[in-house]
Amino acid sequence: MSKLKAAIIGSGNIGTDLMYKLRRSEVLELTTMIGIDPQSDGLKRAKILGYETIDTGIDGFLERPELADLVFDATSAKSHILHAKKLRDAGKIVLDLTPAAVGRLVVPSVNLHQNLDLDNVNLVTCGGQATIPIVHAIGSISPVIYAEIVATISSKSAGPGTRANIDEFTETTARGIEKIGGAKKGKAIIILNPAEPPIIMRNTVYALVAPEGMDKDAIRHSIMETVAYVQNYVPGYRLRSEPLFDDNKITVLLEVEGAGDYLPKYSGNLDIMTAAAVKVAEDLARHRLSGKMEKGADQK
Amino acid sequence: MTPERDVLITEVSLRDGSHAIAHQFTLEQVVKAVAAMRDAGIPYIEVSHGEGLGGSSLQYGLSRTDEMKLIEAAVSIRGESRISVLVIPGIGTIADMKQAAELGVESVHIGTHVTEADVSAQHIHKAKELGLETIGFLMMSHMAPVGKLVEQAKLMESYGADAVYMYDSAGALLPNQVKERVRALRQHLGIDIGFHGHNNLSLAVANTLVAIEEGARRVDGSIRCFGAGGGNAQTEVLVAVLERMGIKTGINLYRIMDIAEEIISPLMASPPEITRDILILGYAGVYSSFLLHAKRAAKRFGVDTRDILIELGRRKTVGGQEDLIVDIAAELARMQHSAP
Repeated sequence: MSKLKAAIIGSGNIGTDLMYKLRRSEVLELTTMIGIDPQSDGLKRAKILGYETIDTGIDGFLERPELADLVFDATSAKSHILHAKKLRDAGKIVLDLTPAAVGRLVVPSVNLHQNLDLDNVNLVTCGGQATIPIVHAIGSISPVIYAEIVATISSKSAGPGTRANIDEFTETTARGIEKIGGAKKGKAIIILNPAEPPIIMRNTVYALVAPEGMDKDAIRHSIMETVAYVQNYVPGYRLRSEPLFDDNKITVLLEVEGAGDYLPKYSGNLDIMTAAAVKVAEDLARHRLSGKMEKGADQK
Repeated sequence: MTPERDVLITEVSLRDGSHAIAHQFTLEQVVKAVAAMRDAGIPYIEVSHGEGLGGSSLQYGLSRTDEMKLIEAAVSIRGESRISVLVIPGIGTIADMKQAAELGVESVHIGTHVTEADVSAQHIHKAKELGLETIGFLMMSHMAPVGKLVEQAKLMESYGADAVYMYDSAGALLPNQVKERVRALRQHLGIDIGFHGHNNLSLAVANTLVAIEEGARRVDGSIRCFGAGGGNAQTEVLVAVLERMGIKTGINLYRIMDIAEEIISPLMASPPEITRDILILGYAGVYSSFLLHAKRAAKRFGVDTRDILIELGRRKTVGGQEDLIVDIAAELARMQHSAP
């Protein structure tokens, strides 16, 4: 099967972890790692592994645009706004792992299939990737009046970008819970815990559903199915216990252990972003490769 | 005329006390309390959900009354007192803070876990831009060594905070620990230092006095110990003791005693007793607002509240991790059943 050529821009922790995940891909062929610091660990590793390396950032790549059709952006929200425009003009498909949210917010288990023709996809946030599938799973059985998620991550896995703009996490995640998860109202909370050894990412989803005709078994089943779906691309995604029911309140406790590709296993919050990005990119690539581009099918 | 004050007291019962009654304040209760606190000459009155702005949630408890309504009402009758709010980045947002500022709040406490000060940079900058008196605070300060506390406090100072508080959120610090921490903060920072205690080990007033002796200029108290866990330094007692020491708070002793007796006491779910569960909070070094959540989980899963709290301490849980309580209680219950 032919592969779609891919590049990563941003040679930090996320970009480097992506590189290791993409090595296993059957539909994407990683060709290039783009950074701005030739001394960065990511660029050095990419060179050793035999990939093209560019240390002059986006402009360096645009001088050789034939290197990739699809670009993962693992830089920062600020940089992405600039990259998004340039990459669009160059006709590239962009997977945005920053919180810039220029493109449509996508969570694989919910709205990936409707969005296979997009040229800029945003992965929401780590907390969003971990919890929105559950909100949606509940909502597919009973309307969710209110959903709230609490993500607890180890301090070590919270990078400077997250720390400098924590509201970006709470606000973007809350928006995702509403827009993608389908909750009437959403709220997100994030907590950093500095314990050593570092804690594994934990997520709690609380959902209030319409009490009329609430079917506990169907909700439980829907949650289990969704967890199994997410486990396909994030093997360390699991329930901490059976879903808890108190009247019309449902509590779902989750943890996310990373695959340990480049990032340490406790940082499931970073792993779920890179794993979701690869999952989305692969489906986008399959769609393009199979030539099923139906004109006008894209929803605006 | 503004009275002379050697120490600035912030009355926190209308925020910290929110935890003790599962966030059930009514507009009427808050208005009555604020009016009396104003008349007693209390310089700062904190009003928010227990977990700060945006705290109303299934995680911490939904507010019975929208906190912005409580804040707006408090501001409208504040007189010479200043209304202050609390924000924990990750829970409360800049948008929440802006809304409070528009309602006329003049002071904000912005805090993080003791090791995570950098998360507050954006909120502190924004609060200053909004013209608020901006106070940084470091929670669970018993969990970090002195050097770390100082380093983190200096970060908050560098972001532009007007003062930095250390919060003994678990009521776990002993007087000698408060002494060395406040002393170090005074040595290394140029701005005012504050102390917020919890009375879980019956040390809140004593610790507050130690902090003042070491140069803390701001301290928190809750009338009748109406706060999370064992409550805080009992404000009316603190005022009386400071008066005996010749330290001016500008607060009328008789009036604040009357507030305790007539207004705050009737609001409290139970008298301020250091029960076994409260004592364990301080002993195990656990966030005081976990108390009610742990009690509920203990009941639901048939385990001892103290075992849950000890386990929370062992896992180095930080403020805000209420969702871990049910998880741990369920685990303890499973272990009990499988035990021979």
